[in-house]
Amino acid sequence: MIKKILIANRGEIACRVIKTARQMGIKTVAVYSEADRDALHVKMADETVFIGPAAAAESYLVIDKILAAIEETGADAVHPGYGFLSENSTFANALKEKGVAFIGPNVRAIEAMGDKIESKKLASDAGVSTVPGYMGVIKDEAEAVNIASDIGYPVMLKASAGGGGKGMRIAYNDEEAAEGFTSATNEAISSFGDDRVFVEKFIEDPRHIEIQVLGDKHGNVIYLGERECSIQRRHQKVIEEAPSPFLTEELRKQMGEQAVALAQAVDYDSAGTVEMIVDPKGGFYFLEMNTRLQVEHPVTELITGVDLVEQMIRSAAGEELSLSQDDITLTGWAVESRIYAEDPLRNFLPSIGRIERYIPPTDIEGVRIDTGIEEGSEISIFYDPMIAKLCTYALTRDEAIAQMSLALDAYYLRGISHNVNFLSAVMAHPRFQSGNLSTNFIAEEYPDGFEGADLPQASLDTLVAVALVANECEQARAATISGQVSAPDFSLREDWIVTLDGEVYEVGYKEATAGRDVFFDGRFLNIQTNWTPGNPLFSGLINGEPFTVEIDKTDSGLRLAYDGASLEALVQTPRLAELAAYMPEKIAPDTSKMLLCPMPGLIVSVAVEEGEEVFAGQALAVVEAMKMENILRAEKDAVVSKVLAAPGDSFAVDQVIMEFE
Amino acid sequence: MQNILKELEERRAQARLGGGQKRIDTQHSRGKLTARERIEVLLDEGSFEEYDMFVEHRNTDFGMEKNKIPGDGVVTGRGTINGRLVFVFSQDFTVFGGALSETFAEKICKVMDMAAKVGAPVIGLNDSGGARIQEGVASLAGYAEVFQRNIEQSGVIPQLSVIMGPCAGGAVYSPAMTDFIFMVKDTSYMFVTGPDVVKTVTQEEVTQEELGGAITHTTKSSVADLAFENDVEALLQTRRFYDFLPLNNREQPPVRESFDDPDRLEMSLDTLIPDNPNKPYDMLELIHKTVDEGDFMEVQPDFAGNLIVGFGRIEGATVGIVANQPMVLAGCLDIDSSRKGARFVRFCDCFNIPIVTLVDVPGFLPGTSQEYGGIIKHGAKLLYAFGEATVPKVTVITRKAYGGAYDVMSSKHLRADVNYAWPTAEIAVMGAKGAVEIIFRKDIGDEEKIAAHTKEYEDRFANPFVAASRGFIDEVIMPHSTRKRVSSALRILKNKDVQMPWKKHDNLPL
Repeated sequence: MIKKILIANRGEIACRVIKTARQMGIKTVAVYSEADRDALHVKMADETVFIGPAAAAESYLVIDKILAAIEETGADAVHPGYGFLSENSTFANALKEKGVAFIGPNVRAIEAMGDKIESKKLASDAGVSTVPGYMGVIKDEAEAVNIASDIGYPVMLKASAGGGGKGMRIAYNDEEAAEGFTSATNEAISSFGDDRVFVEKFIEDPRHIEIQVLGDKHGNVIYLGERECSIQRRHQKVIEEAPSPFLTEELRKQMGEQAVALAQAVDYDSAGTVEMIVDPKGGFYFLEMNTRLQVEHPVTELITGVDLVEQMIRSAAGEELSLSQDDITLTGWAVESRIYAEDPLRNFLPSIGRIERYIPPTDIEGVRIDTGIEEGSEISIFYDPMIAKLCTYALTRDEAIAQMSLALDAYYLRGISHNVNFLSAVMAHPRFQSGNLSTNFIAEEYPDGFEGADLPQASLDTLVAVALVANECEQARAATISGQVSAPDFSLREDWIVTLDGEVYEVGYKEATAGRDVFFDGRFLNIQTNWTPGNPLFSGLINGEPFTVEIDKTDSGLRLAYDGASLEALVQTPRLAELAAYMPEKIAPDTSKMLLCPMPGLIVSVAVEEGEEVFAGQALAVVEAMKMENILRAEKDAVVSKVLAAPGDSFAVDQVIMEFE
Repeated sequence: MQNILKELEERRAQARLGGGQKRIDTQHSRGKLTARERIEVLLDEGSFEEYDMFVEHRNTDFGMEKNKIPGDGVVTGRGTINGRLVFVFSQDFTVFGGALSETFAEKICKVMDMAAKVGAPVIGLNDSGGARIQEGVASLAGYAEVFQRNIEQSGVIPQLSVIMGPCAGGAVYSPAMTDFIFMVKDTSYMFVTGPDVVKTVTQEEVTQEELGGAITHTTKSSVADLAFENDVEALLQTRRFYDFLPLNNREQPPVRESFDDPDRLEMSLDTLIPDNPNKPYDMLELIHKTVDEGDFMEVQPDFAGNLIVGFGRIEGATVGIVANQPMVLAGCLDIDSSRKGARFVRFCDCFNIPIVTLVDVPGFLPGTSQEYGGIIKHGAKLLYAFGEATVPKVTVITRKAYGGAYDVMSSKHLRADVNYAWPTAEIAVMGAKGAVEIIFRKDIGDEEKIAAHTKEYEDRFANPFVAASRGFIDEVIMPHSTRKRVSSALRILKNKDVQMPWKKHDNLPL
């Protein structure tokens, strides 16, 4: 059996592997870069080895450095996690030569599946249905446009070595095909060091459903059901679940058996994932096979009870699978939300910085959190912006979603922007709840971006009650101050005006047998809580139902964040509200004639000059952040009056890049 | 009898109308509250007792004898904020434009005298067109009577000014001598001479807002301490601020219930200091994680950002925080930050508020503008303020404490009571690179030797242990235990008693 595993990765997946290894009594070695000195995976591991500068290309991706670390620590196995070297056959080969176990599939399987063009050929040979496309490598923009129009729009341009949404572009016309080819190529070079790009037909309204397979070195391969990963933004998975609300038992079996056939074709001997796209009629097409542990593997673990990392370790050690296909049953429902460091209100732009406050919702039932961060961790520009994977597990899909909503409300993060509000909004979305998903879900439901959730009245009512109780607690505490000349009036005021983002509620407020009663507009709520001032999370019961609201004090009142919305709440006596009504509304400064840098990043290029006329939608500048190139476009027709940025400049968020006349 | 009682009610009703409904409406249409409405928002409900409601002016010039309004343009009295006594005057712009007459000044002086006598703060709500010109020198005399009281009561009771309308000419000097000035954005301004005079004399074209608005005074001139969006916000935040202040210089700062564990550990502080010594970090995070419930009321947040000052609480009791901010000018001391810090430290010392100083200072800002501007004397103000302060003084050095700036920032040598350092602290005359270039001048150019010397200097001084070995640092503490350490230090210092030698008053380097 394996005695010491080196984890050639970082972040949550390194922590995840360490947990299972520890349970199995196996020692662990963490490697870390300059940027990860204080990282959680380094703290958790038994041994640690420093492997160089922050940039992954100079540390986590350098095979020689990992090999040296293995040498130094005497590790007899390597778990590559996902990303980095996880699907690098050179690395797997190097380990083989050294006699170190690679906790992943054999080299042939990695090579065959690692190249999207090759793997597609292999799949169609094995009788798996595939998407029509051009299998060759494209030379230049002109060829890209020719091939694309031959296949017929829409098409997808994809980096051959790609994954995780990087180096992928959809094109609906010649112009986009040309532009997409260039940017996909650039991203392919910067992310994978491989500029090959290919093109295929783009299937509309598809679902992304993938099959988890597991094999050993004795020729056994089984499938562990599916995961639905249709909620994606720019091809980056955001929410996953298992099982899929779409699959019938019959379709599941068909897909599972095809996946197993494909895996067997390459003697697959570890955990792997066969990604399929499924059209609304139930037709499914092979997309790619990932020869590694997937980010979203926890949902499969939750519904099958199988520890995939343990199975991978056992297979790598040469053990025979202890599970047969008949042992695999899917019980209950699991949902995973990926919490990213990005700002949904600013078109999901990446956010970096120090996590100043971090309170995860660990005490909610059925919650599993996989993370590599803790309070005080830094989200840097060097790595993936994922903060954590939040999973909930329950008997039914509805319950799992309800638990997820509760958990998201109680997920407190400060210091960086994050997408918890957006995830909450999706959980509350009727279409998501109905299970009518497609990979276009986000693009269709949030065509103009995300501006915060629109709360239903019942949720707003909850916030009214929360604001009142918070106000009462604050006032009662303020009244405990020393040095009073007359004791303040302790009787509970019964008439209040609560304002939520400008919406006025005239509210009655009374002491109840338990908690407080709140009534207005013919509605009635009972609220109970143990909240005390200073606690950023206000938890309690509304009419017996549990809830959590994030609460921050502002100069004028309170800011309440709940179910994907963030509202300003004022609690006033009727008289104060009457006086406050005289206060003028302040108008925000006009930034409509400026292009503001939407995130901290590096100016890659500026496409226009001073005095140039630009039309709506025209690319103005490219900003690189988190290894993603972001094209900034003109919102309307205008004339550029001033350009304040040059390629290579570092820009802060909201810094002015150019001004218009 | 009924008639007599009724007459009182009628007289009161008339006085409450001030300059009349039309002028009240105008005041509202400008987004401003009236003098009495402001008092309502500021004080506990029903706690206000008005003085001198029926005072009228005695002027007979320019037909003023026919133009009398009860109250004469200022509402004065007393009330409570969360049950604690406060004296208030609120200038009424609806009555003669809030212009100050002799009797108007007398009313203000009356509450100031009363406040000083009983030891309670005074809050002035300013909204006045200036002197009542019809009264001539009597009005000027009135101003001076107020000034003299501001001076005499300075350091005896806290005095706060909220500027909620015009405050121009001589009128500015009363707020100028109070402890803190708050302003309302867009509707208040303060200047000695207005835009018209400025234009005549210097040809400069400037608006009232640019010359003396809330933004100007909180970012450029530092005359004002805080700017708020509107009257209501300004008054509610004044209530919040008031809860930090002791009633007078004989009382301890107020204590209120706290829901925060004084022994709370903050593991994340162990990673607050970046590995790269030239990389900044946000000192506010340490402040928020040190004070109760993260509740910190910063003063002058938009001026001299390289030094943070403000109030927080520990175990429910007020503390003043002074902290270098590495995010701005690397946290160095300069003219502006020294002045800002010195005034804040002196306020805390006046009113028995313990001072917690958080240090990460690379030195004083070099340059001709600093030297010509008198950084020597301005820097000395902060040094002086820390040195003369006899309140409990607790200091935590987080990273750099270089050169003279180390001495200034509430060092042991300035009689700080408890001096802590994080293991990341570097207490030295200067950074290693600069020091090596002086000590080993002959080796400049020999990179290898310089690197070796630099390493030697760093090993010797880039730590807190040299200072600790001399007793200049009482204890090297883990960053995560900062709140616990500071809380317990303040607890033992509660009854600190230090007397300075008798003097008429000091002669700090103004």
